[in-house]
Amino acid sequence: MAARKVSLFVTCMVDQFYPEIGEATVRLLRHLGVEVDFPADQTCCGQVALNSGYRSHAVAVARRFVDVFRDSEMIVAPSGSCVTTVFTHFPELLHEFPELADEVESLRNRTFELTQYLVDVLGVEEVGASLPKSTRVAYHDCCHALRDLGVASQPRQLLQSVEGIELVELTDCTNCCGFGGTFAVKYSEISTAILNEKLRHVEASGADILTAVDASCLMHMGGAMRRQKMRARPMHIAELLASGLPGGADA
Amino acid sequence: MPSVRTKEFIPRASEAINNPTIQKSLGRLSNFRQGRAESIEEFGQERWEEHKKRAQEIKHETMEHLDHYLDMLSTNVERAGGHVFFAHDTQEANDYVAGVARANDVKIVIKSKSMVSEEMGIADVLESMGIEPVETDLGEYIIQLAKEAPYHIIAPALHKSKEEVSELFERILGTPAESDITALAAIARKVLREKFLQADMGMTGVNFGVAETGTIVMVTNEGNGRMSSSLPRVHVATMGMERVIPKLSDLSTFLPLLTRSATGQRITSYVSFATGPRRSDEEDGPEAFHLVILDNGRSNMLADPQLREALYCIRCGACLNACPVYSKVGGHAYGWVYPGPIGAVVTPSLVGVPIAKDLPFASTLCGACREVCPLNIDLPRMLLKLRSDATEGPKGTKKANRVESMVMRGWRMAVSGPRMFTMAGKVAAILQWPLSRNRFLRRLPPPLSGWTKSRDFPKVAAKPFRSRWAAMALPPRKEGSDGD
Repeated sequence: MAARKVSLFVTCMVDQFYPEIGEATVRLLRHLGVEVDFPADQTCCGQVALNSGYRSHAVAVARRFVDVFRDSEMIVAPSGSCVTTVFTHFPELLHEFPELADEVESLRNRTFELTQYLVDVLGVEEVGASLPKSTRVAYHDCCHALRDLGVASQPRQLLQSVEGIELVELTDCTNCCGFGGTFAVKYSEISTAILNEKLRHVEASGADILTAVDASCLMHMGGAMRRQKMRARPMHIAELLASGLPGGADA
Repeated sequence: MPSVRTKEFIPRASEAINNPTIQKSLGRLSNFRQGRAESIEEFGQERWEEHKKRAQEIKHETMEHLDHYLDMLSTNVERAGGHVFFAHDTQEANDYVAGVARANDVKIVIKSKSMVSEEMGIADVLESMGIEPVETDLGEYIIQLAKEAPYHIIAPALHKSKEEVSELFERILGTPAESDITALAAIARKVLREKFLQADMGMTGVNFGVAETGTIVMVTNEGNGRMSSSLPRVHVATMGMERVIPKLSDLSTFLPLLTRSATGQRITSYVSFATGPRRSDEEDGPEAFHLVILDNGRSNMLADPQLREALYCIRCGACLNACPVYSKVGGHAYGWVYPGPIGAVVTPSLVGVPIAKDLPFASTLCGACREVCPLNIDLPRMLLKLRSDATEGPKGTKKANRVESMVMRGWRMAVSGPRMFTMAGKVAAILQWPLSRNRFLRRLPPPLSGWTKSRDFPKVAAKPFRSRWAAMALPPRKEGSDGD
């Protein structure tokens, strides 16, 4: 049987901006019989430094991450992007610590994005959730989850298992939303042009809810959806799935 | 070398984004994307992956022993009666080509499409010598008339509408306005045919230089590569030194990867092979053949294990078509010869990171380029490497932003431990307090104002997850959210 004990890596963004996503993740995991702990020393994976070119900072933060999660059997995060930092970039970032090589290799292979963990590791086929009324949900493929982790069918499968959800596909669903971290700030006009194309597809899909596995992409798209007073609202997949669990949104 | 305008990335990107004609033209990139996807499906995904793997292995072998294969290529070209010149930089390459033109008393040069000749800026050099250079690829011809740089590696005039082309022909060639693309092509054909017949020298690029036979291979759709290499007295081919492949049979691996990735074609209309000049028993072909092999910074990329694989590129342009940034800002924003994701890696590597700093940073790192690359080049990882060179690299590559460095040092402190992290959150919560009454910020001060121009920004939560965990630690008990 698959391991049923995980450490939550909540990610710095969810911790500080979207704690509800962290709570929903815990609720969902527990509902599916998973024991969750929260290593209190955790902060960040270092992606923001890595992507901004401050590699030495990223190395230090990655080094710290290894210490914090050393004893965790499995690590689950409500983010594909942060898991990608661990999975794709830690080996290279930490190559100057050859004594850690085995540990890093093991760590990257036991760190999972939430839906990836649920479907690929735990073998969950349905989460046992239902929404009170029919809801059109569009799933946005976050780039790192999709291309580095191969997360595409897992979230769709979980969403489809929820009674009341009608899953709709966005045109060009694998196109980036234009976030890219500090790119969205430094190259605001380009980022916005990419974003607006994405939002046109969201609008055309008729979705009530736009969901994704990353809070960062949703912060980006959601920030503009709010600004443009769009009908659809952004919701992280953990929150969406947890909202349909017995006991409802505020369980 | 043509002028480097990489520093103008942001304003030129803005210009493209706000130009509806250009945005419409860029919308046509979806045809390339679709063509590629369909032709790979036809080819078979598994077979495609096998070809990719084999191509990577061949390129790996070639780059590991580049001196050996270049030497073999050079020996075999000379054995076939051609001349080979290794140019350290574009100045040397241009001087050599100018010398050949002068020695042969050349008046008109017909050119088929070549990115390396763009890199050299040879057309300007020839013009300054009183020689008329004529681009013969239709797209290249259009941008030559418009005095512009290529917009796309395989579709140089992608950004031009047919109305603009008609207006250009009217203004420069004095031909009547035409709204029909075939009629416009016929105008160009008529003009170019004359030039083909008059030209003394032909210049072509090289898609593949085959070491074992000394053959250069040109992949075109218009046949102008074949005309340029066979009609005039003198043929000068220019290639980047990474264009060499070991064996003729390697083409069976590379050709499908190139044409299907580029346009979705099974094969292009013309694949032309040239091995030296005309032989004594042959009726056609040039009297003299020169091959110019250009380094121009490629050795530095070869020496850098983190950039070396960028030299595997076969210039199919698939990464441009897939890139969300290129799809909005177009080719000219990149400010030099090579646009898009591959340009964002190659340009800073060849012209220097400090003057091309925007290029590696202007990417969302979405990975679409890597996904479509027939050589599996990990462009996002190379962009990260160039970013790190720009902020923390050795003197000469570094061009850090002081404010940003300070912010990053602050961030580094904030994430150094849970107490600092919690405190940083609290400080942010206090700072944001006067800015908004609800959960969102509509306006942030620079440098964050870029975000709030088009997007609301969430406020830091009053109570972070880590402070809520204690209440959640004992499962599962009903409790309310704290309603921030």
